[in-house]
Amino acid sequence: MHLMKNVLLHHLKSFILGSLMVLVVSLPVAFAQEALPVGDEPMVQARMMRLATVLRCLVCQNQTIADSHADLAADLRRQIIELIHQGKTDDEIMDYMTARYGDFVLYRPPIKTSTLLLWFGPLLLVAMGGLTLYRSTQNRQREGADIAALTPEQKSLADQLLNRKSSKL
Amino acid sequence: MSRFWPLVIFAALVAFLYVGLHRDPHEVPSPLIGKPAPAFALTRLDDPSKTITRDQLLGRVYMLNVWASWCVSCRDEHPILVEYVRRNPVEIYGLDYKDTRPEALAWLDQLGNPYKAALFDSDGRVGIDYGVYGVPETFIIDKKGVVRFKQTGPINPEILNNTLAPMIQNLQKES
Repeated sequence: MHLMKNVLLHHLKSFILGSLMVLVVSLPVAFAQEALPVGDEPMVQARMMRLATVLRCLVCQNQTIADSHADLAADLRRQIIELIHQGKTDDEIMDYMTARYGDFVLYRPPIKTSTLLLWFGPLLLVAMGGLTLYRSTQNRQREGADIAALTPEQKSLADQLLNRKSSKL
Repeated sequence: MSRFWPLVIFAALVAFLYVGLHRDPHEVPSPLIGKPAPAFALTRLDDPSKTITRDQLLGRVYMLNVWASWCVSCRDEHPILVEYVRRNPVEIYGLDYKDTRPEALAWLDQLGNPYKAALFDSDGRVGIDYGVYGVPETFIIDKKGVVRFKQTGPINPEILNNTLAPMIQNLQKES
């Protein structure tokens, strides 16, 4: 009787643990639904989402307004929908955002003198890499030419040394 | 010379990273500095029947302090503001951001009210117009209604004494 009670207790324990784990695993899914866009008409919603994916959420910084669960992101999604309803163009909506939050709100920063290095830095690095590669291959070719320019005595000495080594092996 | 190039590039990289280490990515420069403060017409926190607009505040230098009763770091900042207005001839207007009236009023009762008036921005729309993304935030607005400074995050005594207070004093001397 006592044993059966223990077994039952054990089952109950694993059941509770199991349910807890399921709950924990499903939590992110539950949160993910919070980020659903507000708005009703599919066209407006699609346009809002398209704009929201290129805008940075300033609270979480590494998420877009479309991805973020932050309160501010939800407010801004709502704001975009209102602006669309007011008949604003995409550019006007982007201007609305940058006027308030600055260029930092854009995931694709504009090309200005202060962002030149950001935009063209990688190109510069590739160019520098190419140049280095070119120069090192040139050097290696020159070294190859030096080897070819051995005197006959040097060449026979080298052959001797190489043969001796290979015969030892 | 060419063998020093990697060292030069490495030093430049270190310099960039070192500078980056001391910059706070959460401090986003406000595009509002030097521009007219966005217009608003909000009801008073303590009296929903009375509206205050931006244009009523023209001609005076004031601090616009964005806060909320749910904001934890506002609690650290608040006594500094209370003390500041008690000792200095300055005007602080509060912008109660995405809050409820009863909670906000109880908060002011408990911690003191440094505000000439607190404005109630229940849905945070005025907050969006001011580019608010982390409460508390504080703006300094001059007599012409131009935003001159923005502090993101709580004011501490150092920021107040070294930056905000001297700036407000100077702006008050402007005509």
